Amino acid sequence: MTERNFLASVGRTFLDFLAVTGRIVVFALAAIFYALRPPYYPRLILRQMVDVGYYSLPVVGLTAVFTGMVLALQTYTGFSRFAAENAIANVVVLSVTRELGPVIAGLMVAGRIGAAIAAEIGTMRVTDQIDALTTLSTNPYRYLVAPRLIAGFTMVPLLVLVADIIGVFGGFLVSTYKLQFNAASYIQRTVDFLQTQDVAAGLAKAAVFGFIVALMGCYNGYHSRGGAQGVGAATTYAVVSSSILILVFDYVLTEAFFAR
Amino acid sequence: MSGDPKIAIRGLRKSFGSKHVLQGIDLDVGVGESLVVIGGSGTGKSVMLKCILGLLQPDAGSIRIDGSEVVGLSAGEREALMRKFGMLFQGSALFDSLAVWENVAFGLIQGRGLKRAAAREIALQKLAAVGLGADVAALRPAELSGGMQKRVALARAIAAEPEIIFFDEPTTGLDPIMADIINDLIIKCVKDLGATAISITHDMASTRKIADRVAMIHNGRIIWAGLKSEIDRSGNPYVDQFIHGRAEGPIRMEVRAR
Repeated sequence: MTERNFLASVGRTFLDFLAVTGRIVVFALAAIFYALRPPYYPRLILRQMVDVGYYSLPVVGLTAVFTGMVLALQTYTGFSRFAAENAIANVVVLSVTRELGPVIAGLMVAGRIGAAIAAEIGTMRVTDQIDALTTLSTNPYRYLVAPRLIAGFTMVPLLVLVADIIGVFGGFLVSTYKLQFNAASYIQRTVDFLQTQDVAAGLAKAAVFGFIVALMGCYNGYHSRGGAQGVGAATTYAVVSSSILILVFDYVLTEAFFAR
Repeated sequence: MSGDPKIAIRGLRKSFGSKHVLQGIDLDVGVGESLVVIGGSGTGKSVMLKCILGLLQPDAGSIRIDGSEVVGLSAGEREALMRKFGMLFQGSALFDSLAVWENVAFGLIQGRGLKRAAAREIALQKLAAVGLGADVAALRPAELSGGMQKRVALARAIAAEPEIIFFDEPTTGLDPIMADIINDLIIKCVKDLGATAISITHDMASTRKIADRVAMIHNGRIIWAGLKSEIDRSGNPYVDQFIHGRAEGPIRMEVRAR
């Protein structure tokens, strides 16, 4: 009997998971469908782009510079045991452009933008503002969701491009000032080792991560219920689910781009 | 009521899980008529309104507007139909990221494609119609009192000159004087537009003021409907208990110790 209850519980959880996944996919498809059809809202899209891109620059830049610095230090610690310190520049530029730039920027944006989107749309839901939009002949997917998805999809790659540059610069700072590497040869090794494919793959990941963050923020906010507590829960779900999905999709995309 | 109804509801049903909120609503609202639907909390008044507006999909039944079925319309058809409607929400539901005039002009700009300057002019006229000056237009909703927010919401509901206006608890949370002012504004705006109005409320003073006809909803069904003048001699014990606000009677409120 206990065994049967356990299996039933596992089955129910799995079915719930499938149902939620299906609802998120339908939500995303509806948002994309309405985003492609007029009327368009360029003013709203621009505002979201500024929110997602420009205002996230400080937090993404700060995390990127320290990530690059720590990476250089740790690589030195490990590689010096094998007299391979010269590979620091290679490791830093490869790690930052392929993995750490997109993932760190994605997680930071999830915390900053995903939470803000879920809280704003969630508050609009529980105060009937989304119903009010509908009664004013305005489609909420087109007006609220589409501009945020477009902003996430387009601005996170730009953020990651900046994060890549700052991250590599952080590694350069530690290597040249603390570890006494020659600045010119460090830069030369970085440039020689860097390939377009590394940066492009990182930016493609960033576009997917930006879409995920905006989608989970919008989905959880749109379906929030029950006042302040519901909005708080929606915000938590948005950040947690988008963070997990970023790490899952990071693996999937790495496998797709780089697996031999 | 004479002539074809503006809104005709037949056998409307809506359930949420095991909770059967609407259990077969039948209701007609005539052209230019002001109908007030009364009933206790949780009896399905708001759900009925949301079904008419298409915000909720009914499980069964028919809703006809001007003789055309509106249940099951596509999203595009629904958007077009919404141009006939104006809605005053219970909590006003003003967009807090927009200025007051942008709230009032929202339906004109987004729904009808008017230029912002032209829409602003109309918004200022509508704000004046509800007794608010141009100095309020640039403020944010959060800077207004509850009564002023209700007036702005009323201005927004009438801005596009709809054929049908819904009022969801228009006087809830207002002091009696402000409630009476809102009632007067509702009567004035509805008469000026020649619109059909459905209001839902618990407030009997408001009901007696703004209604042409009254319908009472209980357990998901319309249990009485008649002229405002007939409500005191309805002969219906449920209506009598409700309009006199008696704790004793056939209506049993669900009061559970937590």
